[in-house]
Amino acid sequence: MESLFIINSSGDVFLEKHWRSVISKGICDYFLERLKNSNDVVPIIPTSMNSTNLVSINRCGVYFVTVCKSEISPLFVIEFLHRVVDIFVDYFNECNETVIKENYVVIYELLDEMLDNGFPLATESNVLKELIKPPNVFRTIANSVTGKTNFSDTLPVGSLSAIPWRKSGVKYTNNEAYFDVIEEVDAIIDKSGSTIFAEISGEIQCLIKLSGMPDLSLSFVNPRILDDVSFHPCVRFKRWETERVLSFIPPDGGFRLMSYHVTSQSVPIPIYLRHNIHLKTGEQGRLDITVGPKTTLGRTLESVKLEILFPKSVVNCSLVTTQGKYVFDQNSKILNWDVGKIDVQKLPNIRGSVTVMAGTTIESMPSINVQFTISQLAVSGLKVNRLDMYGDVKYKPFKGVKYVTKAGKFQIRL
Amino acid sequence: MIPIAAIQIRAFDRDHGMTDSKYFTTTKKGEIFELKSELNSDKKEKKKEAVKKVIASMTVGKDVSALFPDVVNCMQTDNLELKKLVYLYLMNYAKSQPDMAIMAVNTFVKDCEDSNPLIRALAVRTMGCIRVDKITEYLCEPLRKCLKDEDPYVRKTAAVCVAKLYDISSSMVEDQGFLDQLKDLLSDSNPMVVANAVAALSEINESSASGQPLVELNSATINKLLTALNECTEWGQVFILDSLANYTPKDEREAQSICERITPRLAHANAAVVLSAIKVLMKLLEILSSDSDFCATLTKKLAPPLVTLLSSEAEVQYVALRNINLIVQKRPDILKHEMKVFFVKYNDPIYVKLEKLDIMIRLANQSNIAQVLSELKEYATEVDVDFVRKAVRAIGRCAIKVEPSAERCVSTLLELIQTKVNYVVQEAIVVIKDIFRKYPNKYESIISTLCENLDTLDEPEARASMVWIIGEYAERIDNADELLDSFLEGFQDENAQVQLQLLTAVVKLFLKRPADTQELVQHVLSLATQDSDNPDLRDRGFIYWRLLSTDPAAAKEVVLADKPLISEETDLLEPTLLDELICHIASLASVYHKPPTAFVEGRTAGVRKSLPNRTIPSASDHDNNVEATVIPSQDSLIGDLLSMDIGDINAPAPASSVIPQQHSNVDLLGGGLDILLGGPAPTAVEPATLNTGNGLLGDIFGLSTPATTMVSVPKITWLPAEKGKGLEIQGTFARRGGHVFMDMTFTNKAMQAMSGFAIQFNKNSFGLVPGAPLQVPTLPPAQSTEVSLQLNNTGPVLRMEPINNLQIAIKNNVDVFYFACLVHGQTLFSEEGQLDKRVFLSTWKEIPAANEVQYTLSGIIGNADGVAQKMTANNVFTIAKRNVEGQDMLYQSLKLDNNVWVLLELKLTPGSTEGTLSLKTRSVEVAQMVFTAYEIIIKS
Repeated sequence: MESLFIINSSGDVFLEKHWRSVISKGICDYFLERLKNSNDVVPIIPTSMNSTNLVSINRCGVYFVTVCKSEISPLFVIEFLHRVVDIFVDYFNECNETVIKENYVVIYELLDEMLDNGFPLATESNVLKELIKPPNVFRTIANSVTGKTNFSDTLPVGSLSAIPWRKSGVKYTNNEAYFDVIEEVDAIIDKSGSTIFAEISGEIQCLIKLSGMPDLSLSFVNPRILDDVSFHPCVRFKRWETERVLSFIPPDGGFRLMSYHVTSQSVPIPIYLRHNIHLKTGEQGRLDITVGPKTTLGRTLESVKLEILFPKSVVNCSLVTTQGKYVFDQNSKILNWDVGKIDVQKLPNIRGSVTVMAGTTIESMPSINVQFTISQLAVSGLKVNRLDMYGDVKYKPFKGVKYVTKAGKFQIRL
Repeated sequence: MIPIAAIQIRAFDRDHGMTDSKYFTTTKKGEIFELKSELNSDKKEKKKEAVKKVIASMTVGKDVSALFPDVVNCMQTDNLELKKLVYLYLMNYAKSQPDMAIMAVNTFVKDCEDSNPLIRALAVRTMGCIRVDKITEYLCEPLRKCLKDEDPYVRKTAAVCVAKLYDISSSMVEDQGFLDQLKDLLSDSNPMVVANAVAALSEINESSASGQPLVELNSATINKLLTALNECTEWGQVFILDSLANYTPKDEREAQSICERITPRLAHANAAVVLSAIKVLMKLLEILSSDSDFCATLTKKLAPPLVTLLSSEAEVQYVALRNINLIVQKRPDILKHEMKVFFVKYNDPIYVKLEKLDIMIRLANQSNIAQVLSELKEYATEVDVDFVRKAVRAIGRCAIKVEPSAERCVSTLLELIQTKVNYVVQEAIVVIKDIFRKYPNKYESIISTLCENLDTLDEPEARASMVWIIGEYAERIDNADELLDSFLEGFQDENAQVQLQLLTAVVKLFLKRPADTQELVQHVLSLATQDSDNPDLRDRGFIYWRLLSTDPAAAKEVVLADKPLISEETDLLEPTLLDELICHIASLASVYHKPPTAFVEGRTAGVRKSLPNRTIPSASDHDNNVEATVIPSQDSLIGDLLSMDIGDINAPAPASSVIPQQHSNVDLLGGGLDILLGGPAPTAVEPATLNTGNGLLGDIFGLSTPATTMVSVPKITWLPAEKGKGLEIQGTFARRGGHVFMDMTFTNKAMQAMSGFAIQFNKNSFGLVPGAPLQVPTLPPAQSTEVSLQLNNTGPVLRMEPINNLQIAIKNNVDVFYFACLVHGQTLFSEEGQLDKRVFLSTWKEIPAANEVQYTLSGIIGNADGVAQKMTANNVFTIAKRNVEGQDMLYQSLKLDNNVWVLLELKLTPGSTEGTLSLKTRSVEVAQMVFTAYEIIIKS
């Protein structure tokens, strides 16, 4: 990694950071040229300047474009950029153009601290926060009064220990550990309602506020359903291999402990759609969709949303819903129906007519993207058994586990 | 009443807004001046704010280098943030202000001694970033100390600094012994330091000119790395894994133990770690015996992490998919049950969609084809036009790949044609043509449906395909003549490939139904030969014309000959390239599907990676299989020759476009010419065009006459008159009748006659000795004579430098003269230099990669065939030719007179005058000589 350019959606380079020698931002033209044609720019493109390559990611409408020389691992760069964005979000809660512009200096310091000559230096939020304090109204005031800066002058303690993700000397008055088991159902459902493809991708998000150096172990009632896992570096892989127990010294604060995939068993589909859509050139088409719960184990479907992508030839539609509002965007040809909670007694329905422009062919079929949330349910059936705490800690923490199931890329074809 | 504190806060907010955007409020001309005075302010806080403004301007790319001295003045401070900011500034601008930068050196050196490790590290790190020679000199001492610092944070920073320094001055790093210090860090107690040392060493390796590894990887170092792997950060793990990938274990047991220690990395949250681990495992799999349980379990473990990568962000997915594309080509078993994860979701970015589609086709087989087809059909109704086109093509590829599904594919394509969506119809017709090629006489019933869509076709490729279908099945289409005739109306406006297809199709029609299509064929022949500026079209027209007029029976045999079948998998990577790319999994090469040499400048020979060979003899069966596919079989070579103008993936070729080889001895230049030109003209050709026709024909055949002469190199002066006491010798080498000849001109520039000539050679690399005594008559003054001396290679051998150096002594009545000359490499190429294809292949594999040398040829004239011809005339034999990603690859062999075999791979890019030559031989010393010979032959 030689240099980083941050570019907004209209193609302006508004931040540049060079880790080696300065490279002219003209090199971004290779990227911008492609951006003109499509918003989805291939993440890796070659340039003809000194056999450099541009590796980019797109987050929150901002493009992070790095210049890389010679043989590097592009995933290395991409993962690093993702980390950069995560850190920005961690520091400023958001990562858009405005936020970056408002915090140029902190961002520049962060970028310098995260990478040295192409080698990642400190990428753990804990370590960085000890080096460069996040902006904070009160600290700035305090600093201006006391003459201190928001730049630490001591070496962060955790940066070199065997557990770089945790700083020492953490203290809380209330010791708490929360675990959120979040599962997303990715599925493609065909016209007739049968499942073409479905998988569950889950993760366990933690919020750990524990004093000292706690050593935790988390066990599951049914760990065998997890066959494809990836862990935060803090998890001891050996223990998992032998005992199927997650044993770890947690980072301080929020982090993702593990993520997993369930594809082997048959994935229960929590929602179904009854649909009847007829589009015909030059005529009034019909649309009639009813949504209902399928396999939800007695839980309620909440925050249900439907996004229907119509072919270009659709001009307008006039519809009636039994609950929730709908919006049709004429430019993108997307119909959004915000259904909300599903009452089993009275299933939500949307119906009405769709106008197709006369004299055009219907070149594609509409497809529906579904969103939903089910709380208190992990659709894979995964259940946490217990959390034990070891290490030199003498308090009894408050523990909590929450389950939630959401739609991931859940798509219904018509 | 407002409390006082609140007022203060508000006032502060106004003055010191929370954000950095205020640093951009001033953009006027006085900005620099203003900053200057602020930088020189006495107040600490004001100073810092000013430096921040400077940094902010720098960040957006403004030039604030004019403030250099003022910023450097702020450097002497105990405020770490201010120091840091100044350092940031220095890194950016030191290069443009080297003299000023020297001012900062003292502070740097002092900071390297600071009691705070953070400051020590910061100083050494910043110094390394300042690419100014003068500063670099001062860097050495502090760096040496920091590499041995008690604090690991400083050591790991210093390790990276060595790599920086190497980039600026490699000689300094080597002279100062930093490399050894860096190697020592591999045994450091702190895993982070080890990881950075590995990273630094691999970067130095990458940029070092020799390309030879700096650290020899042995079991001991590998063990150290594997231990550090468990403890260092995710980024360090990537560096370590990439280094491990370069190590070839000595036996299967070691390979197994490395595998076991690496597999836990597959469950890492960082995608880069996962993919680098997969690279190492893919490489180690080569060493493990394929039938062992261990291997089977390992293969099973590879699938889940690859699938997981596909649920990450789109960018990660893209890189993963490009790599999976390689992995399924190398080891199709790994993902054979995972078809579903490659199903396309409509909100995937287009670059992900296209890659997924590619892999779906690769994984398609009889058991899952139904599923794949119904997916593809869905895709064909999506919004994205590029994607839809590719989906339609994919259906055609399925039909060709999975034979039992062909019927289903055809009916799916017909359904799609019924949608009447213009671009879908056109793509469908292009692929149906391929299906016809693969399964002749099976699906012709659908031709009538195709013909209905004739009018909607507006893309050249679709039109050309349709015309090809009409021509091919002319006897079954009642109104084929009308259809083709309708195309002829706008003949001039058609794209070249459509014109060529029209010409061929009409000729086919004529041969099938000669009775009523004579007029049509004459029309198209005259359009092609008289009204077109396209030489390809004219040439093809003339060839048909002559064929038809000379011997219609032969014409029928040629034009309507059976076509070679098209192969199933068309876009597979060449196996040697695939193996090389497998070694580069997770790197850029794996994304571009090109070896690093193709896109990294300054890459030289010797760094090409190759998969390790298993030493177990039972592997030979498997290897044989691979061999058979490396060089295309004779059939597919013909297929290449015949490939049609339609630049299609399947490249089906109407045999009529080129005369097939079995007919190549038909005498085209014979008496038939007279019939066409002199005899009763079958068509109304005007005398004026006859002449052009004549000339053109001459051109055609002139081109195809192989160049049978060997290159001759003009004589150069070997012995100038002033050194030869009046005797001047010019000479050159040539090969005639399997012998090397030395052709010389002796000129007497002295005042008296010369006589008594004799010649002797010093011992030389090829054992050359005169085959006969030198026959030079007495030479009167101002006279010259030509001598040709046959040489034998039976003499004593002594390695010379350069290899083809030949030292000669010539004696006459005046004195003995010594001189040296270079034997031209090509004259040493034996006539028996043609290797059998299989032998070529196995030899190529046997010769270690270290014996491979690359060279860039420039000034190449003509295409691959022309080059091959020239080479053959000079005893460089082309074993095989193929086309990979638009580049022509020639595989050639030659044998030197001293029985040294040289194997070559010549890569030519059409339209470019440069080519890449890779040479493998057991005696690499001859490489340079062979390269020079190539240059000479190619430019001849």
